[in-house]
Amino acid sequence: MYFGLSEEQKSLEESITKYLEASAPLETIKAIVDGDAEKAKTIHQGLVDLGISGLMVPELYGGLELDTLFAAVVSGALGAGTAPSPFIGAYVMAPLALSLAGKDDQKDNWLPKIAGGDAVIGIGLSEYVGAREDAGVNFSEGKISGRSLFVIDGKNADAYILANKSGQLFLVDANTKGIEVTNLTTVDKTRDSIELILKDVNAELLPGSEKDLSTTNKMVDTGRLMLSADTVGASQIMLDKSVAYSLERKQFGRAIGSFQAVKHMCAEMTAELEPCHSMVWHAAHCQDNIEEEAREMACHLKAHVAEVGQQVSKTSIEVHGGMGFTDEMGLHYWFKRIGLNRQLLGSPELVREEVAKLQGFDQILIKKDN
Amino acid sequence: MDLEYGPEYDDFRNEVTSFIKDNENVKIVGPVRSESRVAWQQKLIDNGYFARSIPKEYGGYGGDMDIIKLRIIAEEFAKSPIPKPMGGQGIQMLVPTILELGTEEQKQAYVRPTLRGDMIWCQGYSEPNSGSDLASLQTKGELDGSEWVINGQKIWTSTAHLSQMCFILVRTEPDAPKHQGISYLLMPMDTPGIDRRPIKQMTGDSDFNELFLTDVRIPAANIIGKRGEGWKVANATLGHERGSLADPNATMNRFNSLVNLMKGETVDGERIIDKPVFRDRLLKIQGRIVAQQSNSLRILSSQINKGQDTSMARFITKLQGTELRHDLEGLAIDAMGEIGTLYEDSPHLRDKGAWQMSYMYFLGLIIGGGTSQIQKNIISERGLGMPKEPKVQGA
Repeated sequence: MYFGLSEEQKSLEESITKYLEASAPLETIKAIVDGDAEKAKTIHQGLVDLGISGLMVPELYGGLELDTLFAAVVSGALGAGTAPSPFIGAYVMAPLALSLAGKDDQKDNWLPKIAGGDAVIGIGLSEYVGAREDAGVNFSEGKISGRSLFVIDGKNADAYILANKSGQLFLVDANTKGIEVTNLTTVDKTRDSIELILKDVNAELLPGSEKDLSTTNKMVDTGRLMLSADTVGASQIMLDKSVAYSLERKQFGRAIGSFQAVKHMCAEMTAELEPCHSMVWHAAHCQDNIEEEAREMACHLKAHVAEVGQQVSKTSIEVHGGMGFTDEMGLHYWFKRIGLNRQLLGSPELVREEVAKLQGFDQILIKKDN
Repeated sequence: MDLEYGPEYDDFRNEVTSFIKDNENVKIVGPVRSESRVAWQQKLIDNGYFARSIPKEYGGYGGDMDIIKLRIIAEEFAKSPIPKPMGGQGIQMLVPTILELGTEEQKQAYVRPTLRGDMIWCQGYSEPNSGSDLASLQTKGELDGSEWVINGQKIWTSTAHLSQMCFILVRTEPDAPKHQGISYLLMPMDTPGIDRRPIKQMTGDSDFNELFLTDVRIPAANIIGKRGEGWKVANATLGHERGSLADPNATMNRFNSLVNLMKGETVDGERIIDKPVFRDRLLKIQGRIVAQQSNSLRILSSQINKGQDTSMARFITKLQGTELRHDLEGLAIDAMGEIGTLYEDSPHLRDKGAWQMSYMYFLGLIIGGGTSQIQKNIISERGLGMPKEPKVQGA
């Protein structure tokens, strides 16, 4: 029995962390947020060189075929570094969808390109999880129409995998006629968000998803897991920065970190956040090894980490006082990224309702005496 | 990552489950130290389900220190209604202290009867003016020939009314710095000069007592470790207490009872569990328990695999576990509404008032064993390396 990261997982985490510290410091992130697309490309390529694109692709197609825990470790490191790079949709959910539900030519065509970092596939599952406004896509006779919001990693993507309300998955080449891409501006400028409007666009069903929801559900679970890992990584950095700042900053003749009020804020953040690391590992392990617990763990993780992330991101800015509110300190980049992660693929309330139903809490089991 | 215990443990688990099955009708009658309680405790020791790694010559089972076997025993016993092994401060704190730092005579005299549940201990640490700042304690111990003479007052002494013995911290070197003037003594509770007064708690029970000590004379040999080193002795085993207050698996069992309660409880004919706001609170609590279960797996893993650092995971468990449990019991009371305020022998009472009782009891546990605020100091100072508050001059 061993509960924790392997040496390989730790070393991958470390290499990504070190790369981002060196190549994507806060100044670089600010430049990217202000529109420097070249810098974003360079960082993305650097991460691909470290292997992030091939993690989840089967060996047969040139990937590393690693488990979900590896991907979670990477996601955490990317969150910590506010990495402006596709990952959760393009390199985790897309290869899952294709390898589990794709037909051979779809796999042959896309999986090697994903593994090599030559293709980015955006993932649109929002409408399956909970459609907003008039969003949703319909498929009939080889054509897809409709609207998909918050397509993960969708900006400049080479293709999209979109789910309809019933969970069937469709593959759309980005160069096909009839696709309109609109940028959505969210609070989080470290990652792009888009809306897709499709009018009679040629699309292919991923056949494994036609009658069986397992692939779509696994994509949702894994996506939630990756978002949670990203939040935990980002939250840990915010906490670390708070502790460091509290030891430097002096008020009333002493470091603010010696005031019990400040210490208790940091202790409360730690007490909430520390179990979240274990929870991410646990949920990731269940995805690959304990099928009967996987969905519940992913839901609980998504909801719980979203709450803890919100608390930590708020409190750590408070620890920094007025400086915490400035762009100079830059804490808001993590704060906003955590804020977006909280909503993507289901807010805490939505996800908790889902896990209640998974456990059968909504079934009337009692009988009245009379 | 590997959550399997391995096939070599399957036989052991079978052994445990068949023991449980053979003994499922065991009944314990009477209070602590009753004949049936002591006999059951001895049977558990004889079969290796309690005091497993304590040497035979001191009354233990004399087995291997296999963490996974201990975990399997705990898991299987938790699933069954058969009587659990006795706990208490004598077993959890005094026995490890004596085994680590006691003399051979002390081990021979105290460990066996304590493990059997035939010798109950209370802990004389806190004083009215020495709670969180325990090292400022003032109860005096003076050596007079071959005896210690103890004078002073202790408070929050759990189970003192049931105990035969007390392990007590007293100031024996009044001129030494406060952490270095304390000694750790073993005091028989039938010694003349001990006055016990129960403290009535908000639950209506009296688990705690005050002890008034006037010229209590005990043998000079009843000291663990050296004179003036009692603080070190006490700290050697203090960690055992904190860890035992917040087992997330026990909390998950309690959560399952809460689910049943909320399925059965109705308002205007609608089940509480079907009301979205209550259901959301319920699921929030479940998420917190799951997080703590993951945290405890990490701690378990570090006990098996040397070199895994889980110090932070340990620092937070008391704070997290007791606060969570208080919130869980509080939700049960809200789910019952006015019914949730009923107590003692009232009509309409649910589950014999256990929810109200626990709601109050866990408020006590948030305070006892180091308050939540003290836990936060520990996390920030020892865990995060933040500075202590500057000392007030002269304190």
